[in-house]
Amino acid sequence: MNLEETVENVAVNLLRFAVTELPTDVKKALQKAYREETSEAGKTQLKAILDNVELAEKTRTPMCQDTGTIIFYVKAGAEVKHLDKIENALRKATSRATTKVPLRPNAVDPFKQKNTGDNTGRNIPYINWEIVAGDTLEITVLPKGGGSENVCTLGMLVPGEGINGLKKFVIDSVIKAGSKPCPPNILGVAIGGGSDIAMKLAKKALLRPLDQPNPDPELAELEKELLEAANSTGIGPMGLGGKITVLGVKIDYAVRHPASYPAAVAFNCWAARRATARIYPDGNVEYLTHKLR
Amino acid sequence: MVTYKLTTPISEEDARKLRVNDVVYITGTIVTARDQAHHRALQFHKEGKELPINFEGLALFHCGPIVKKEGDRWIVVAAGPTTSTRMDIFEDEFIQNFKARVIIGKGGMGKRTTDAMQKYGAVYGAFTGGAAVLAAKAIKSVKTVEWLDLGMPEALWILETEEFGPLTIAIDSHGNNLFEDIKNKTEENRIPIYRKLGIQK
Repeated sequence: MNLEETVENVAVNLLRFAVTELPTDVKKALQKAYREETSEAGKTQLKAILDNVELAEKTRTPMCQDTGTIIFYVKAGAEVKHLDKIENALRKATSRATTKVPLRPNAVDPFKQKNTGDNTGRNIPYINWEIVAGDTLEITVLPKGGGSENVCTLGMLVPGEGINGLKKFVIDSVIKAGSKPCPPNILGVAIGGGSDIAMKLAKKALLRPLDQPNPDPELAELEKELLEAANSTGIGPMGLGGKITVLGVKIDYAVRHPASYPAAVAFNCWAARRATARIYPDGNVEYLTHKLR
Repeated sequence: MVTYKLTTPISEEDARKLRVNDVVYITGTIVTARDQAHHRALQFHKEGKELPINFEGLALFHCGPIVKKEGDRWIVVAAGPTTSTRMDIFEDEFIQNFKARVIIGKGGMGKRTTDAMQKYGAVYGAFTGGAAVLAAKAIKSVKTVEWLDLGMPEALWILETEEFGPLTIAIDSHGNNLFEDIKNKTEENRIPIYRKLGIQK
């Protein structure tokens, strides 16, 4: 198999799947939200979201005009050869998908204010690498919308305040964000490590499916507690009032420096897009979040 | 909550019937305008120049659509709403001078716009953020495009729609602003939430 070619083709598929069809767990969570929402304005918004999601899937059109900043997570088996070719393959795939899907060109040079036109540029698409045992290559794409990105928060909290400081920080972040991140949202929350580590873990936590509770029972409890708290704010779908503001809270952590208590909250909009595939050494490809179509 | 199906041109009387939380679908002419189109329209008005379209009774949509050309026809691919607060600095004068009756966008607008809507008889309809395919489906054709020199997202796209919506009326012509109400309620909920989480203030 030509790894570079396979990765490129798989990544184009992943980008198309991600922006046109929500993963099952997110669809189910939105349907449940519609059933449970009691505010009429909130219900109207959720119905429009569900109709839009269905229509996008049927017509294979991006479900939102903002197709995001393209971020990849790669779990590379240590035995996979030619790993150095993957970055280029993912860049080429992003550029190709921009015209093919199509994606909105969302990569702007911050100094020249010029749009590169194909969603690629310095450090973008961003690739998060993880080396694991084995001979397979697992690629996940997370197209991350701008509206929800703009309200992400990082707090260097006081260690003495402990977990209560974290809870307050999360709720304050949700209230401050209000209608801006296109709720209902998914929250990725992370503590510890350092400023960059907390933020990275928070965003990565968004990848865990909504129907998978945290493997750590204490954190699973905290996720539930924060979800209930966020859904008591009254912000509601699209900020028009209601009880469903957040679909899920996903927590991760790293141990921390004794003097530091970094806390990060990553917001995802209702269009919580992601897609994953695994490539085997014989060239076989398994799509884990979507059916190939 | 009442559901209305309105056809443009919408009269001041019809606009004044609407109340916050009502749901509206619009059939007829909707015109897109973002920051630059607002700016130019007001500039034209100041200089006494005629606008390429009469906005009276129409709906104004805060939207930068993705449009493609097939032969000599324009086709709207995606047309979700953009954040409306950026247009707060123009909208009161826009409503006063051009008498658009429905402003469509996301996220709501501020006091200046709310006051102008009360004074001149207009409403703000919130369209679901990101629901670009739903919006495009209700757009039957592009009648024409003006000020294309501003770029595709900033141009005035004059669209023919059929039951464009649902639009939740979030600001009515009676001084009510749903987004402001929700913000205030959320603020009231903050302390009880802290308490439930066991946080001292």
